[in-house]
Amino acid sequence: MSQIHVQTTINGDETEFLCDAEETLLDALRDKLGLTGAKEGCGTGDCGACSVTVDGRLVCSCLVLGAEAHGREITTIEGMANGEELHPLQQKFLDHAALQCGICTPGFLVAAKALLDRNPNPTETEVRYWLAGNLCRCTGYDKIIRAVMDTAAEMRGA
Amino acid sequence: MRFEAPTTVEAAVSLLAAETGMARVLAGGTDLLVQMKSGMAEPDLVVDIKRIDAMHEITPEDGGFRIGAAVPGIALGEHEGVKAAWPGVVEGTELIGSTQIQGRATMVGNLCNCSPAADSVPAMAAAGAIARVAGPDGSRDVPVEEIAAGPGKSNLAKGEMVDSVFLPARPANAGDAYLRFIPRTEMDIAVVGCGVNLVLDGDGTCSEARVALGAVAARVFLVPEAAEALVGTKVDDAALDALAAACSAAATPIDDKRGTVEFRKKVAGVLARRAATIARDRAKGSA
Repeated sequence: MSQIHVQTTINGDETEFLCDAEETLLDALRDKLGLTGAKEGCGTGDCGACSVTVDGRLVCSCLVLGAEAHGREITTIEGMANGEELHPLQQKFLDHAALQCGICTPGFLVAAKALLDRNPNPTETEVRYWLAGNLCRCTGYDKIIRAVMDTAAEMRGA
Repeated sequence: MRFEAPTTVEAAVSLLAAETGMARVLAGGTDLLVQMKSGMAEPDLVVDIKRIDAMHEITPEDGGFRIGAAVPGIALGEHEGVKAAWPGVVEGTELIGSTQIQGRATMVGNLCNCSPAADSVPAMAAAGAIARVAGPDGSRDVPVEEIAAGPGKSNLAKGEMVDSVFLPARPANAGDAYLRFIPRTEMDIAVVGCGVNLVLDGDGTCSEARVALGAVAARVFLVPEAAEALVGTKVDDAALDALAAACSAAATPIDDKRGTVEFRKKVAGVLARRAATIARDRAKGSA
């Protein structure tokens, strides 16, 4: 069967790829476009390591077909830093040592940015519930939550 | 597998009807893609309905709301009108999965996946929600509790799809609520779920009620005896006791790793009592 030609916008850049009908957006990003920041943890939407946004909505890219991306606006972790300048969330994750193995980190950053874009002043409870779909087996979450809260405070002040 | 993304409901229905193999509708995909990955579903055709504009819309209709089949949970929760009229339905839908899942999962998909434990369905059934089923011979309206035939099996005929759900208008002094029991604080499958919807008259007497249970039978179902226990009362302790007893008696659950028969029957009553209390307080405007 012939492949599907998908034209889409990723991190502001127009791009295109060919994919099979069954192929997920995650696989297309990683295998076709070389955007390997989004990780496959579970492949079933439970762990959030593959988080991206599609038309501004936070989603698991393992539960989106590549073909669905046609004409949509996708953002991934690769679009988060501004050149060499890290996004405040990325810097705070480093400052707070909010990562160990790092597999979950891109997903946490994309998800946390989606939260702060929507709610610049979240409570700790709101941060914890928002990020409940991102699993981390290393940190115990506390440092991640502190990094997000600290980023939010800094960005409100900026 | 073929992937199609038609721009009209008619075209979607034609594709579904013409497929000789297995055809599946894709809205949020949070059930379908997991089933495809595990091999539980191996569709020959997937029809993405998100290119159909109306599928994304929440439209006021006859004092109520028509919710398109591709409206994700997060968009439902952002809609002040639906939240004000049917907070229980919105809360039930918002209990489905994580933030990422909420960005995709739809109430109609939850309905059509036909899980007995679907969180949005008891609330919708209690609300008297009506699914609009589009098919090769036109559209028909079906009460949501009649969509599922059993776990994972729907009553939809070949070529049919649910294109929207209608939530009716609210009279004054009306309230609804949905509660589920899970052993965690979030992101789990209901061990028992209960939706209650009631209307009070001027002096606080319950004039109408609908009660639905989930995860305690092969499909979500209404419990008329439980509703009758509330109607004509002030939704006081005696009425709530009768409601709880009716729900426990109506539950016909199975034993599984998530709960025993005995536990589920008891919890059905406990949740009904609590949900009815929230619905009553909402109807009085005090919650």
